[in-house]
Amino acid sequence: MAKYSLFLGCIAPLRYPGIETATMEVAKALDIDMDILDKTSCCPAPGVFRSFDQDTWLAIGARNLSLAEEKGAEIVTICNGCFGSLWEVADKIEHDEKKKEYANSILKEIGREYKGGVKVRQFAELLYTDVGLDAISAKVTKKLDHIKAAVHYGCHYFKPDIVKEIDNRERPKTLDELVEVTGATSVDYRYKNACCGAGGGVRARAKEVAQAMTDQKLEAMKESGANCIVDICPFCHLQFDQGQSGLRTSFPVIHLSQLYVMAFGLDESKNGFDAHAVPVKF
Amino acid sequence: MASDSEPKAVDPAFTKSVVDKGADTVTLCFQCGTCTGGCPSGRVTAFRTRKMMRRVQLGFKDEVLPAEELWLCTTCTTCDERCPRGVKITDIIMTLRNMAVREGYMAEAHKNTARSLMKSGHAIPLGDAFRKMRETLGLHSEPPTVLSDKEALDEVKKIIKATHFDELVG
Ligand code: SF4
Ligand code: SF4
Repeated sequence: MAKYSLFLGCIAPLRYPGIETATMEVAKALDIDMDILDKTSCCPAPGVFRSFDQDTWLAIGARNLSLAEEKGAEIVTICNGCFGSLWEVADKIEHDEKKKEYANSILKEIGREYKGGVKVRQFAELLYTDVGLDAISAKVTKKLDHIKAAVHYGCHYFKPDIVKEIDNRERPKTLDELVEVTGATSVDYRYKNACCGAGGGVRARAKEVAQAMTDQKLEAMKESGANCIVDICPFCHLQFDQGQSGLRTSFPVIHLSQLYVMAFGLDESKNGFDAHAVPVKF
Repeated sequence: MASDSEPKAVDPAFTKSVVDKGADTVTLCFQCGTCTGGCPSGRVTAFRTRKMMRRVQLGFKDEVLPAEELWLCTTCTTCDERCPRGVKITDIIMTLRNMAVREGYMAEAHKNTARSLMKSGHAIPLGDAFRKMRETLGLHSEPPTVLSDKEALDEVKKIIKATHFDELVG
């Protein structure tokens, strides 16, 4: 396995710090050589900052990538927003010489350079591809067979799928399998592959529109008989966790890393469930 | 914004400037509506992705840039992936939003998010409750990001000056 460095982003460390600690616990348990990438900033968030100014988005993203390059590590994200932004910035720089020149002309002013080629990873696909279901299964000491999960992939995990080659966008399976390896069941539901509603700056600007999209998913989850939501992104996590305050539903919202802390029999206080609006209990 | 019965102002230079900014695939759209059919935002609002592409092709600048619907896209990219003509819809929407911001159409809520980035290097603030929560988890109250490294934060601030993002937000 490669050397990895965890990119924290904003929502995980600042709203759901348990996702940060759970991820590090899980990495340790699976012998993944991963430290935390320091000095990073916001990725910058694709929906807001890229919408405002693509040049700034590119330059700040390139700075974050240069930090991983300096370390010779693959950059690992636990958020689909960070994954989307960093992956796209890296991709644009890789394939567009003008963009690369521009990014480096800005980085030069702070004495940095991004040469290119840093691999941008999502922790979930890293687990699936680099660790593998067998190795994960071997760590499961507590079968979570009481869990019926409505899994939520989130948009920027596997798209664009032809390029990323992580999963099939219309019939994805990686997260379902990563969840079922714990003994839990992944239930099918309508709108399973749909957006949580928060992205693109919609949550900040038109909260009721974001909520309407979330409600459609929650309604479908209810019909499916699920008893919790499992996601891989703290922003989707926030949207589902805080979006149930009308209490039409009360699904606990669990990040994959937190699920593995439970399944591996690790210290559950590291999950930081106190930060959750919907109590995590079954 | 003109109502449907009034004649609309056509601005061919607008279409050209969108194309010149790299969003050239907008010209490929043949109005099949696949994008609208799968749009999660269009399911709950009157936002119609197909119509937006057509308005850009026709040069209806005044119906595109000031429109609230331009900001209802979650950038989920479902449309991009399904478009039979390879129209890079999300990239086009990003280009249009960048243009809208330059024309002064930026919501206060979004300005606040931008100001947070300019000030702290993060999109959201860190308050006392979350500092405490981090400590309870055995973490440092501030993550080892730009929040605990002034020099690193200064780098981000310099980038923001160099790209003139600060002037854009105002
Ligand atoms: S799916 Fe593509 S071709 Fe069809 S209407 Fe949408 S943008 Fe145009
Ligand atoms: S990317 Fe935007 S326009 Fe396209 S389907 Fe998603 S929300 Fe709709």
